[in-house]
Amino acid sequence: MAAILIDDLTKDFSTGFWRPRPYRALDHLSLSIEQGEVFGFLGPNGAGKTTTMKLLMQLLYPTSGRAEILGRPVGDVAVKRRIGYLPESPYFYEHLTAEELLGYFASLVGYRRAERRRRIPALLDEVGIGPERRMQLRKFSKGMLQRVGIAQAILNDPEVVFLDEPMSGLDPLGRREVRNLILKLRDRGCTVFFSSHVLSDAEALCSRVAILVSGSLVATGATADVRAFSARGWEMVVSHITIETLEGHRDRIQRVTPIAERRYALELPLQPHPDALLRDLIAEGAQMVSLNPLRETLEDYFVELVKQHPGRRKDDVKPREPA
Amino acid sequence: MRVVLCIALNVFKESVRDKVLYNLVIFAVFLMAVSYLLGQLTAGQDIKIIKDLGLASISIFGLFIAVFIGIGLVSKEVERRSIYTLLSKPIRRQEFIIGKYLGLVLTLLVNITVMTAAYYTVLACMAWAAGGWFLAGWEAPAVDPALLKAVAMIFLQLMMVTALALLFSTFTSPILATVLTFGLYIVGQFNGDLRHFETVVPSRPVAAFARALYYLLPNFAPLDIKASVVHALPVRAGFLLLNTAYALIYISALLGAATVIFVRRDFK
Repeated sequence: MAAILIDDLTKDFSTGFWRPRPYRALDHLSLSIEQGEVFGFLGPNGAGKTTTMKLLMQLLYPTSGRAEILGRPVGDVAVKRRIGYLPESPYFYEHLTAEELLGYFASLVGYRRAERRRRIPALLDEVGIGPERRMQLRKFSKGMLQRVGIAQAILNDPEVVFLDEPMSGLDPLGRREVRNLILKLRDRGCTVFFSSHVLSDAEALCSRVAILVSGSLVATGATADVRAFSARGWEMVVSHITIETLEGHRDRIQRVTPIAERRYALELPLQPHPDALLRDLIAEGAQMVSLNPLRETLEDYFVELVKQHPGRRKDDVKPREPA
Repeated sequence: MRVVLCIALNVFKESVRDKVLYNLVIFAVFLMAVSYLLGQLTAGQDIKIIKDLGLASISIFGLFIAVFIGIGLVSKEVERRSIYTLLSKPIRRQEFIIGKYLGLVLTLLVNITVMTAAYYTVLACMAWAAGGWFLAGWEAPAVDPALLKAVAMIFLQLMMVTALALLFSTFTSPILATVLTFGLYIVGQFNGDLRHFETVVPSRPVAAFARALYYLLPNFAPLDIKASVVHALPVRAGFLLLNTAYALIYISALLGAATVIFVRRDFK
C-alpha cells in the first residue's frame, strides 16, 4: 500500500470578480509515494506545491481526481491521527506559549495530561526550543516559529509527515538540524513528503523527487536519475598558486576567478575528471581548498523546462475541461 | 465532544489574554458608576435610571464583545493561516465551528456574570445609601432578582448575535461581516413590524414577502424585557420559555448554515 496516492488530481481557481475565469493551479497530477520514503516535491514559486499539500490536507477540494493517505481518503479523521503537517510559513496563536500550543494540539490529538507532560518537553528539546518555550509565540522569530511548526507536525509520532518548505526562515544551523530531523524520521520508518525549491535539500535527503512546473509534473524518479541533479562541471578552489602557473593549464580550465592573493576558483568541464589536473597543480605547489560538482540551479532548470513547455507558463489561464 | 471543548477553551483563553476584553469590562463597570452619579440628580427616580442604564450597558458591551470577537473567530484564523495547522489535526470542520461558538459564549457568560455582579453591587449600594422613606416609594426592590430575567434574555440575544457574526465570518470579509451583523441586530429590533406589513402597504405580494422576511430575519424585540422588569411588570415564565426556545432554534439554524458553508470552503 502506498503511503500517499495522488490520482489525476486537478485544481482550478477562479480569478476576477465580475467575470471570473478559471486558473488551473494543478493539472492532472498523479504520484505514488511508498512508505518509509523521503520524497522531495520540487518546483519554483507558483508551481502548485502548496496547492497539492493543501489538497492532501483537505484545506482545498479538488476540481477532479482523488488522493489517498495510508489507503484512506484525505480528510478522514482516522488518517489525520496518523499524519503530521507543517504549512508554509506557519503561524500560530500568538497568545499561547510554545508549550501551551503543543499542549492544545496534543489535546486535540487525544493525548492525556500525563502523556502530554512527557512528550512536549522532549519534543521541544528535539527541535531546539530552550527556555523560550514559556514565552508567548508573538515574541518568536520566524525561525523559531518554524521549529515550533516542525514540533507540532511530529507531535503524534506520525506515519506520514507533510512539510511545506520546512527550511524556510531557518539559519544554516537550523537547516542542518531540520535535515537531521528528517533523516531521523526516515530511520523511524516515517514517510516524509516535503516541498522545496532548493535542490541541495532534496539531494541530501530524498530517495525520489517530483518536479512541478506551472501545475504540471515535468519530471519524477530517483534523485540520481533526475537531470536537474546531474553535474555539468566542477568547481575547484586552489591556493598557493600563481595565475601564470594556471595559464599553463588553460586547455583544461574553462574559467579562472581570482578570490584572494594566490587563491583562485577554477571552473572545469565535467570530462575529463579533475583528478589529473589536481595532481599536476599539487605537483606545482598548489593546495586544494575545495572541489564541488557544478550544477544548474533549480531555477535554471525550471527556466529551461518552461522554455520546453511554452504552453505551460505560470500565468496561463487554461479553460476548465468539460466534466 | 472533547475536541469541541478543547477548541472552546482555547477561544476562552485567547479572550481572557486579550487586553481589549478587560477594557470592555472595566468600561462597563465605569459606566455603571457614572449611572450612579447621574442618579444622584434625580431624587426618587434614580433607581430606575440606574437599573435601565445598567441593563443597557450590559447589553451594549456584550454586543461589542459578541460582534468584534465573534467576527474574528473564523476570519482571524483564516487570515493568519493558523487554521491550516488546526484543520490538519484530527478534528472535523463542524467541531471547529461549534467549539469556536461555545468558546465565545463562555467568554460572554463570564463577562456578563462579572458585569451583573457589578450591577447588583451598585444597586445594593443605592439601596443602602437611600434608606428611609425612599425605599417605600420604589416599585420594586433595588436588588431585584427579576432583573436576572432581563440579563438572561440579554445573554440569549448576544448568543444569537454571536451566531450571526460567526455565520457571516465564514464567507465574507471581517468588515462586511461586522456591517451585516450590526445591521441585522438593528433590523431585529424592529422585525415585528414586518409581520403585519399589509397594514402599511396594501399589496399582498409585498406583505407576503415582508412576512417571509419576518420569519427569516432574527427577532430580538421579544427578548428585550428590560422595561418590564425595571418597572416591576410581571413577565410570565411561559413567555420566557417560548422566547428561549425561539432563540435556541434560531441559533441552531445559524450554526447549521455556518457549518454547511465552512465545511465546503476552500482555504486558498
